Amino acid sequence: MFLAIRELGFARLRFALMGAVIALISVLMVMLSGLSVGLVRDGVSGLQNLPVTSFAFAHGVQHDSAFSRSVVDASAVDTWRDQPGVAEATPFGNTLINGRTDGGTEVDLALFGVETDSFLSPAVSEGDRLGPADGIVVSPTAIDAGLRVGDTVTVDRLGTRLRVVGVTEQQDTFGHVDVAYVPLATWQAVKSGTPAGAQVPAQATQEITAVAVRAADGDSVDLAAGDKAAGTESLTLDESYGASPGYTAETTTLQLIQGFLYAISALVAGAFFAVWAIQRRQEVAVLRALGASTRWVLRDALTQALILLALAIAVGMGIGLGLGALISGGNVPFALHPQSIAAAAAGLLVLGLVGAAAAVVRLTSIDPATALGGNR
Amino acid sequence: MSSRTTPSPSAPGTTPADLGLVMRGVHLRHGDGAETVHALDDVDLTVAPGELAAIVGPSGAGKSSLLAVAGGLARPDEGTVTVAGHDMTVSSRRARTELRRRHVGFVFQSGNLLPALTAADQLRLPLRLGGRRDRSGRDPLQMLAHVGLAGKADRRPHQLSGGERQRVGIARALMTEPSVLLVDEPTAALDRARSHDIVQLLAQEARERSVAVVMVTHDHDVLQYCDTIYEMIDGKLATSS
Repeated sequence: MFLAIRELGFARLRFALMGAVIALISVLMVMLSGLSVGLVRDGVSGLQNLPVTSFAFAHGVQHDSAFSRSVVDASAVDTWRDQPGVAEATPFGNTLINGRTDGGTEVDLALFGVETDSFLSPAVSEGDRLGPADGIVVSPTAIDAGLRVGDTVTVDRLGTRLRVVGVTEQQDTFGHVDVAYVPLATWQAVKSGTPAGAQVPAQATQEITAVAVRAADGDSVDLAAGDKAAGTESLTLDESYGASPGYTAETTTLQLIQGFLYAISALVAGAFFAVWAIQRRQEVAVLRALGASTRWVLRDALTQALILLALAIAVGMGIGLGLGALISGGNVPFALHPQSIAAAAAGLLVLGLVGAAAAVVRLTSIDPATALGGNR
Repeated sequence: MSSRTTPSPSAPGTTPADLGLVMRGVHLRHGDGAETVHALDDVDLTVAPGELAAIVGPSGAGKSSLLAVAGGLARPDEGTVTVAGHDMTVSSRRARTELRRRHVGFVFQSGNLLPALTAADQLRLPLRLGGRRDRSGRDPLQMLAHVGLAGKADRRPHQLSGGERQRVGIARALMTEPSVLLVDEPTAALDRARSHDIVQLLAQEARERSVAVVMVTHDHDVLQYCDTIYEMIDGKLATSS
């Protein structure tokens, strides 16, 4: 550390330039992390907030579109309720609708059809809980978009009128659309395309999207056995996120970009320290001649890399968090998650150190005898 | 000092000269077959503590190779090298590094100082190379004053003249109180007056501190300060007339 710190101070412009590159990568990493978390929240927060451990969809349903394609007979709910380890099971309906307020504002909603007295019925931060047949409880993001408690939304083509009676406690979105909880019978009418005032077909009253299952605390449910008994196909809650529109494509794309950024940071650090190592050949030869061990030389070089990377990442993360705070709350799906930021910082640090280590390891091959005579 | 990595001097029959540098029948070859170059050819050299020995000779004669072998930077193909009774030809590079750190001081051409370090830090550096246990040694500021650089402790190499850089280099080499000082062309970049100053300083330090000094030089002007002069030609060492 004796030499490492003094060199950082002496060649500060060179190290500052290198640090600036790493800091910029860190800023990008915070932005990507924020976008990832924001997109995930926008895509599946409605599912994440459900007190559910798994969904039982129709057997053979395509997993990436299970919520839109699955049709399950409501009788499967009773079969699931009887499965060992299941605390509760209840019908769940899901469909996307376009509507319009009385003021003419266009509204898109993800209708979550639930039984009003079931464990899926949401707590509210404003207004009333789910109850009336035409009542809906909406996500606060819908309120942010201009909807108000008491407003009425008319479903396009069907004319069904849904009245906003309450607001959930936290953001509930599905496929980037605000969630509206609705009584199951109303959901079945909308899903079956029954116009307002018309009789809902008997078959439609028996159809749901999936059975929402909650395992007893500390217990696990044998999903395969339940599926066999109920004729369904289960996905755990985490697996069900992939059935949210665009979720897999978005998260995979962002993960790929993050992966590339990690690789770039390792390459940038490696390239910088490779050049630095070449420039220091004579200096290291002198150090070795004076009695510096290989370990001492490596430790000094890696300490230098660690200090530079840690400072640059801290600065970059700080700037990124500042920019993120400005973006958060706007129209961009952006959310800062401490664990994701910490993981990104640690990843950058470790991979940057790997790149630096790969570069400085060549210092061990420097012959101290080159410090002598006409070898310079 | 660890006996595993730094063999103890052989006590029986030790003479005062053995506490300096002793090279016996040293051969160093580079290359193979017809391409073999005899960098050192049966070299015998003894430099006692307090003695300043100069080695002169044309470029490529093997002078730097001699310094490299004497300081444990290179292993000879044959022969023995001892510094203060310690075998400098041990196979372990780590052991040779530790011997070098403890018993050998190097002075390079133009000082070969580290650009990032002040004069005082250049002197602290050798004390830091061995970890915490090796941090005892001379006081850097006193040492700088001793070589005539009082008040220049905070200057970096580019803020010093050639002669001052070389003085810092000499002071740095003496910080660990070595038994042998190996000096490589110390006057190569200096004018005549400064060259005399530097070699006088080396001779003075050799005597005052009982250090065996081997100085490789092209500069015949400064040989008057040396106790012994050797000439090296094609890897062979002979006492100079």
